[in-house]
Amino acid sequence: MSSFLKNIFRFIFFILIQVYVLDKIRLHQMITPYIYFAFILWLPFKINRALLMLIGFILGFTLDSFRHNPGFHSAACLLIAYIRPFLINLMIPQQGIETNYEEPSFKSMGGMVPYMIYAGILMLFHNAWLFFLEAWQFGDTWYFFIKTIGSTAVSLLLLFITELLFSRKQKFRTNTM
Amino acid sequence: MRNIFLFIRRYFNLILFFSLQAFSIYLIVSNSEYHHAVFGEFSNRITGKVNTKYNNVIQYFYLKQTNDSLVNANESLYNKLKANYILPDSVSKQVIDSIRIDSILQYRKYNYLSARVVSNSVTNQSNYIVIARGKSANLREGMGVVDINNSVVGIITEVYDNYSVVMSLLHKDSHISGKLLKSGETGTLVWDGKEPNMITLNNISKSAKISKGDSIITSGFSTTFPKGLMIGKVDAIFTELSNNYYKVKFRTATNFHNLQYVYILDNADQQIVNGILNKLNNQH
Repeated sequence: MSSFLKNIFRFIFFILIQVYVLDKIRLHQMITPYIYFAFILWLPFKINRALLMLIGFILGFTLDSFRHNPGFHSAACLLIAYIRPFLINLMIPQQGIETNYEEPSFKSMGGMVPYMIYAGILMLFHNAWLFFLEAWQFGDTWYFFIKTIGSTAVSLLLLFITELLFSRKQKFRTNTM
Repeated sequence: MRNIFLFIRRYFNLILFFSLQAFSIYLIVSNSEYHHAVFGEFSNRITGKVNTKYNNVIQYFYLKQTNDSLVNANESLYNKLKANYILPDSVSKQVIDSIRIDSILQYRKYNYLSARVVSNSVTNQSNYIVIARGKSANLREGMGVVDINNSVVGIITEVYDNYSVVMSLLHKDSHISGKLLKSGETGTLVWDGKEPNMITLNNISKSAKISKGDSIITSGFSTTFPKGLMIGKVDAIFTELSNNYYKVKFRTATNFHNLQYVYILDNADQQIVNGILNKLNNQH
């Protein structure tokens, strides 16, 4: 299956899972489990930065349309789409890994720990920006902090389970053909 | 000129990032008006269809609860039947009047219209409910919405062809006025965005006598709801030191977690009254 087709399926799948499964779960008033932005985490290494940001924006905008709250998730997704290339440059173990593997995963990032750090940092940025935008009228700092930390922890656990359940096979590719 | 192009090319990603970010924040601040105008019709057609498909499945799981509350609603309606009341004999005297006096005839002001909920949320800071009725059923913005037990749900804010969006009480911008049934004090309802089904009633003066469990009803000061619809029951009372008002926390009578059907209140006088108010506002 081509990368393009695969990502379109992922896009629809993640939006439906987020809107009809995770948004219906009420763990606690403080915690909102998020998984849909794994779509941005899983996009290929070799993607144009401007395109990446546009895709991130569209993803957020689609979710906002379902929730009738324009702007919130678009802003948060755009932020992590912008930060992602910088983070990947910092995190990848050696040069040239982005030519050997297609997209970020346990294997291509060089183990479970670096991948979870990569995911964790992006999630923290996403949740912090989202809840900041949502909460600026209420102005309760503690509430904001606890909500961000709690939601990030639960989302990270969800992502970890997803990675274990649906292992994405990554072929090692070399350019010595 | 060349330098400007070079600058744009060099910082293209940063500029794109900031402009899209600014656009998102503009969408948030303008509070869905622009969204409504430009993308609303299109995105609502798609999300509405998907939501209806989903709801067709999920409503089976709530049939029992819906049935139970319908039985309760019927019970309270039967209790209001005229046949249940008996007048004492000494008072009842048959009078046949041949003249009909029009000025004392009752006429209907509020009309109830049922609608199915296709999408509902309680976990956000600003929650909306989508119902499967729209312009084709003559809905207008500003109509009130109640649940099947006649307690307040929210107000319609956007109307499309076959769907409408309701701003629920659980929304930071929702300001409906409420009244204490016993003492008659009125105040404004505000949601603090934390716990669903718990809303605050502000501006209740300290001279009012309140106790836990008192009912809060609609005040009837607006054209949206008639007087006396149930909103909730007092749960906790806080005294504010800085001013002369109580802050009353109450539990809503509506269970926002499992709304399946709602009624829309069509006020026959709404457009006339709002027209007069607008005219007065424009004059000053």
